[in-house]
Parts: sequence; structure tokens; C-alpha cells
Amino acid sequence: MVFIVGGIICVIGQILMDTTKLTPARILVLFVTGGVILGAFNIYDVVIKYGKAGGSIPLTGFGYTLAKSVMKEVDEVGLIGAFTGGIKGTAGGITAAIFFGYIMALLFSSKTKV
Amino acid sequence: MGRRIGLQTVEIESKPRIIGTYNIVGPKEGQGPLKEYFDRIIEDDLNGTNSFEKAETSLLYTAILESIKKSKLKEADINYLLAGDLLNQLSSSCFAARDLNIPFIGLYGACSTMAESLSVGSMIMEGGLANYVVAATSSHFSSAERQFRLPLEMGSQRAPTAQWTVTGAGAMVLGKKGNFPYVTHVTTGKVKDYGITDVNNMGVAMAPAAVDTIKQHFMDTGRKPSDYDVIATGDLGVIGREFTEKLLLEYKYDMKGHYIDCGEEIFDAKLQPGTNSGGSGCGCSAVVATGYLLKNMLKGKFKRILLVSTGALLSSTSPLQGETIPGIAHAVSIEFGVSK
Repeated sequence: MVFIVGGIICVIGQILMDTTKLTPARILVLFVTGGVILGAFNIYDVVIKYGKAGGSIPLTGFGYTLAKSVMKEVDEVGLIGAFTGGIKGTAGGITAAIFFGYIMALLFSSKTKV
Repeated sequence: MGRRIGLQTVEIESKPRIIGTYNIVGPKEGQGPLKEYFDRIIEDDLNGTNSFEKAETSLLYTAILESIKKSKLKEADINYLLAGDLLNQLSSSCFAARDLNIPFIGLYGACSTMAESLSVGSMIMEGGLANYVVAATSSHFSSAERQFRLPLEMGSQRAPTAQWTVTGAGAMVLGKKGNFPYVTHVTTGKVKDYGITDVNNMGVAMAPAAVDTIKQHFMDTGRKPSDYDVIATGDLGVIGREFTEKLLLEYKYDMKGHYIDCGEEIFDAKLQPGTNSGGSGCGCSAVVATGYLLKNMLKGKFKRILLVSTGALLSSTSPLQGETIPGIAHAVSIEFGVSK
């Protein structure tokens, strides 16, 4: 189930790549904001419930975490949570991306695509 | 002395000879269908340097130097080096020229640079202003990819219609004497823009320019497609080539059997994934011209060819600002062993 859910999300991305003129960057932003909206309306919760990591690892999962963290923080500290919650909740993911990105940049150099 | 014929063509009377050529290509081009026509195929596309930009400079430098050697000349014999490439401020050409002791004129014509530099070189020769001129250009897949598309590190997918920038450099030495292929006509193109904004579909963006220049060349010279053994556009790719053929037929010029596109020929789309729409880049028409076309002329297979290098004159920022892609094409007619 995890692979199927994750796979379906990726297939949607691939279809957008192949059939539209959207650039990869736009699809990326589309997926994150899509995750935020679906998370805000509690729709993405269903995807996470059944898909588990298949739902949380793709970009939509990042958007979902942003939305959920904001909602939680707003409940706890008030409206200021809209500004602080998102980054707090996703801090682990962001720092991991920077950390591993840096390590990879040290270990490998760019190569021509094949 | 040469003279102007028609609206955009110059007849080159002194017939400047292409006395020496050299080309050097990357590994992917070296696996393609035209591999036997390349003078050198490098195994590592960094060519022993630590950046793709430096690698491109080294390819261009090698092509220029070896073409001079092949012509049995020295750097000091060359009066002008005419070169250009795709990178900002013509970095590859400027950095290659830094290590050469030759007066340098940088030309920007995007992927049309081979025909552009050959045109200008022929006109300088015709004016009697030089004994020897070198016309050269280069491109590199990875340096072009990160300037015009996306960083390589991002590893993002390429659009199916995107063309594959050729890693390679080609140089031609023009001289006055000898039994070599020679330039007879130069048709300088106009910039044409039909409002294409898709940077992944450059062949179609450049096709109207190719059509305009080819049509004008026929009108100015009174020639027709069958007067040429090969008419070769630079890098329109499969889609752009078909489009050009169709448009020219509307003007009653039937190109069938006389027309190829360098970008389509250089890769095998079936065996080389990612190259679906063919090759592109300054290096594309340069290595095909100095390889397949001129080498077959020397063998006697082709007697008269028309090289029509095509360029997309966009900058790396213009498409992001919603600008359309202007195209250009220059045509050079080359003959060898035509009896009159």
C-alpha cells in the first residue's frame, strides 16, 4: 500500500512532466501547495493513514506537514503560530535536506546526464 | 572582386579554400552514426579539466590549433580568428583565444556560428585583407545545460522535445591556394521570430529563419534544391527539419533527397536515449560540416553543398521574462570538383 500510494503521487508528477509544459520547479511548488491545501481540509490525512511513508515522503507530504504544524501552533500560541508553526514542524526535513545536500556536494561532483 | 547578387547574397569570386579542418567531440557524439568522420573523440567529457566550461575551452583550443597544424601553418600565419560559442560573453572563445597568438574577432550567432564565421571569413578573404583566416566554434552539453536549462546537480528530467547540445568543437582554416573545397556564395540571414516561447522546442523556433534564408539563397542565385548534393541545416532536429521541408514546398522548393539536418544526423535517436529530437549547439553544425560534409567532399561524394547553420538567439533570462525566441540562419555554398 505504501508503494502504491507513493507511486501514484509520482505518476501524477510524471504525467504533468510529459503532457504539459510545466517546468519541474513549477510542478514542485504545485505539489507542496497542493499538500498544504489538502492538509488544511484534512483530506490528505486519509492518504497518510493508508499510504504512511508513501504519503509523507513525496513533496505533498511536506506541504501536509506545513499545514498541520501551523494549525497545531495556532491552537497552542495563537495567530502568531501561522508564522512560526510551519518551519518548526518541518525543521527536521529542512535541516536534513541542507545537511545531506552539503555532504553529497562534498562527496560527489556533477556529471553529464546520460 | 566579389559582388552582391539579389537581396542577401554575396558571390565570392576568389573562392577561398578550406585548406584544413579539425573537429573534436565528446563521448556521446563519438558513439553516434557519424563517428568515423571525427578527428578526435574524447573519452571523458571534462577533457582532463575540472569544469565543463574549461573543458569546452580546451576543445575549442584544440580544434583551432590542430586545424592550423593540419594546414601546415603556424599561429603567426593566421591573420584573423573568428570564433563564437553559446556561453555568456563568449567565454569559451575568449578563453581559448587568450592562449593563441592570433588577432581575434568574437561572433555571437548562437548555433549559427559555424556558417556565420565562415561567411565573415570568406568576405575578409575576398576583400584581400587576409592570407589565412580561422573560423571556429564550440559547444558543450553540460556547460550549455546549466546556463540555459537547469543545474546538473538538480538531476531534473529533460522535456521529450528538448534537443541534446553537442559536445564538440570544429575549426576551418581558409586560405587562397590549393586543391580544396572552396566557398562560392554567402547568404546572410535575417532574424525571424514567429512567436515561439517554448525553450524546449527550439527547432521549430528556428525553422522560419532557415526557410527564409534558403528561399532567399535560391532566389538570389537562381539555383534550386537539386543543384546541391546536400543542403544541411544546423540543428533543427527531426521536428524542425520536417517543418522546414513542408514550408519550403509551399514556396515550390522540393527539398526531398537533397536535404539533411546536422542535428538529426549526429545522433541515433533509437540507440541514444535522450537525443529524441536530435543534437543542437554551435558544435553541432561545426563538427558535421568539418566531418561528414567536408570529408565527403574531399572524397568526391559531394560536389556542391549548402551549409545553413541555424541559431536561436535567446538569452538565459529572456524566456523567463516571457520573450519569444528569435531565430537566424546563414547559408554558405561550398564547392569542390564542379566542372563548368
